[in-house]
Amino acid sequence: MTKSYRSKVLLGLTIAFGPAFAGATASAQMMINGAGATFPYPIYSKWFDEYAKVDPSVRFNYQSIGSGGGQKQILAQTVDFGASDGPMSDENLSKAPGKILHIPTVAGAVVLTYNLTGNPSVKLDGDTIAGIYLGQIKKWNDPKLTALNPGAKLPDQEIVVVHRSDGSGTTFIFTDYLSKISGEWKQKAGNNTSVNWPTGIGGKGNEGVSGQVKQTPGSIGYVELIYAVQNKMPYAEIKNSAGQFVKPTIESVTAALATADIPDDFRFSMTNAPGKDAYPIAGATWLLVYQQQKDAAKGKKMVEFLKWALTKGEGMAKDLNYAPLPDDVQQRVLKRIDEIKS
Amino acid sequence: MTVAETIAVEERSAPTRMVRPSRFGDKAFELLTLAMAFAVVVLVILIGWQLWSGSSLAIKKFGFHFLTTSTWDPVAEQFGALPFIYGTLVSSVIALLIAVPLSIATAAYLTELAPLWIRQPLVSLIEMLAAIPSVILGLWGIFVMIPWLRDYPFPLLKRFFGWTPFFSGPIYGTSMLAGGIIIAIMILPIITSVSREILRSVPDLQREAAYALGATRWEATRIAVLSYAKKGLFGAVILGLGRALGETMAVTMVIGNTPQIAASLFKPGYTLASVIANEFTEATTDIYLQALFEVGLVLFGVTILVNLLAQLLLRTIATTSATRAVQ
Repeated sequence: MTKSYRSKVLLGLTIAFGPAFAGATASAQMMINGAGATFPYPIYSKWFDEYAKVDPSVRFNYQSIGSGGGQKQILAQTVDFGASDGPMSDENLSKAPGKILHIPTVAGAVVLTYNLTGNPSVKLDGDTIAGIYLGQIKKWNDPKLTALNPGAKLPDQEIVVVHRSDGSGTTFIFTDYLSKISGEWKQKAGNNTSVNWPTGIGGKGNEGVSGQVKQTPGSIGYVELIYAVQNKMPYAEIKNSAGQFVKPTIESVTAALATADIPDDFRFSMTNAPGKDAYPIAGATWLLVYQQQKDAAKGKKMVEFLKWALTKGEGMAKDLNYAPLPDDVQQRVLKRIDEIKS
Repeated sequence: MTVAETIAVEERSAPTRMVRPSRFGDKAFELLTLAMAFAVVVLVILIGWQLWSGSSLAIKKFGFHFLTTSTWDPVAEQFGALPFIYGTLVSSVIALLIAVPLSIATAAYLTELAPLWIRQPLVSLIEMLAAIPSVILGLWGIFVMIPWLRDYPFPLLKRFFGWTPFFSGPIYGTSMLAGGIIIAIMILPIITSVSREILRSVPDLQREAAYALGATRWEATRIAVLSYAKKGLFGAVILGLGRALGETMAVTMVIGNTPQIAASLFKPGYTLASVIANEFTEATTDIYLQALFEVGLVLFGVTILVNLLAQLLLRTIATTSATRAVQ
């Protein structure tokens, strides 16, 4: 080799491998990995971002691959924590190598958004929603709908039903509500992240459903509250179990959380919650962590983060249209976090 | 004698032994390319095997009925792929019916009839169509194409052809037909560019011979160029079909995602690729996941089957055109 050629090779190798050595020294920072639900992704991102300012020695990496993915990965122990919009079933929990704790973080509302000329404000109840999604109520001026909405002029137009084509926590919450208030729905379709829809067209993601509803006159679909708000689409008031028509807001979701029956392991459903201010179609989202942490240092950092999230983090929820946990639930969750051993 | 002369005499008198150049480089190159070729075959076999092993539970549970039942119920854990097979095939056929005449006509125009100054810009524009990502096209489909289709072409189709079962029923916008149209847009560039290359490679001798026999512009193009290039054009169409069968994101946004088999093209449908893309990440139970793997296996199988049929068809075309050339 000539001298100049050799020096070029050496320079190339240095450029190729230099950063590896530099990186090795810089990565004294701890990395905690998580994966799961898409619904809480905005609030979790904000929390990780803010927490990096509180404790720069640890970085969190979250992949929103879906609730199913989150549950699978925490069972396979490829991530340090999982996230899911629906609680894990007994069957899945029994597959875990250790005890998995459900840590509820925030809650959100699932709203019924629609596309009618003039944007009338529509009132619905469980019976009519089930009827629409079962394909039994076919037109907007069906007697059941006009009975609930005496003031609004509902047109003689076919209802185009829109649902989710992909598996999702939003569908889980919605079908959970429908299964509770309609025995026929429970039998025909059931409650899951993905069901055999009796009727309707499927849109991909919350954005697919809201896009579909926005473009199709006479359509109705269910989306997370934030999507309807940001797209300036109208959404219905729903009759709750106390007989009151409630608009989906952060306050009505928090009210549902407060009156919901929350068992000790925090695996609860808050749809159709009692209480006169409670919004009936709402659900919480959970972080899934092992009670016995494998890595002592990581476990300690995780506990510190969870405590921060459930205290300081909750204050950031409202700005992103999530409902924070009510105080008594918050205290119970903090006690549960203390049980995480590292 | 000089030293040089001595060496020259010695060289001439010694028996000439030819020093064979090293064949190592040639052999190595041959082996390397053979390995590459085999690697592709091995990759295809590995994919097929992985799909098979990943769906073993589902195959055992559902057997052949997976291909003939229409229920897709994740809650009751009953899975049947027939609506998806129907959707994939129908949307691909619609796409081909729309794209193939357009592409071949465009290719013929670009090679035979277009003035030189227009050729390169047009070619660049068509290549740019191929560069648009699937998701972007899907978004455009939801917000621009579907409303337009719902307001103008679909009602027209319904007015004139509403008596046939294909154009009956209510118009939602998202439909099998919309899915077919968007696939057509996606496969147009690839069929056009490959066809263009095929038509360009037709020797000028063919065209000159046709003109010499007194053919018109159209007759020369039809007989000397298109007919001669039939095999290649068919290959281009198969390439497009391969893309159409696997197209996922754009289709899933406009086809309506409803697993049903309906004669009307205005009704929403579902394709094999779309159901995997939609439900894979959230499939929580084992049987659900394996059923989706089996859907992947079916798509794999459908693609191979279609390609095999195409190869067979190609052989019949080749033999007939060859015999005609001999005569």
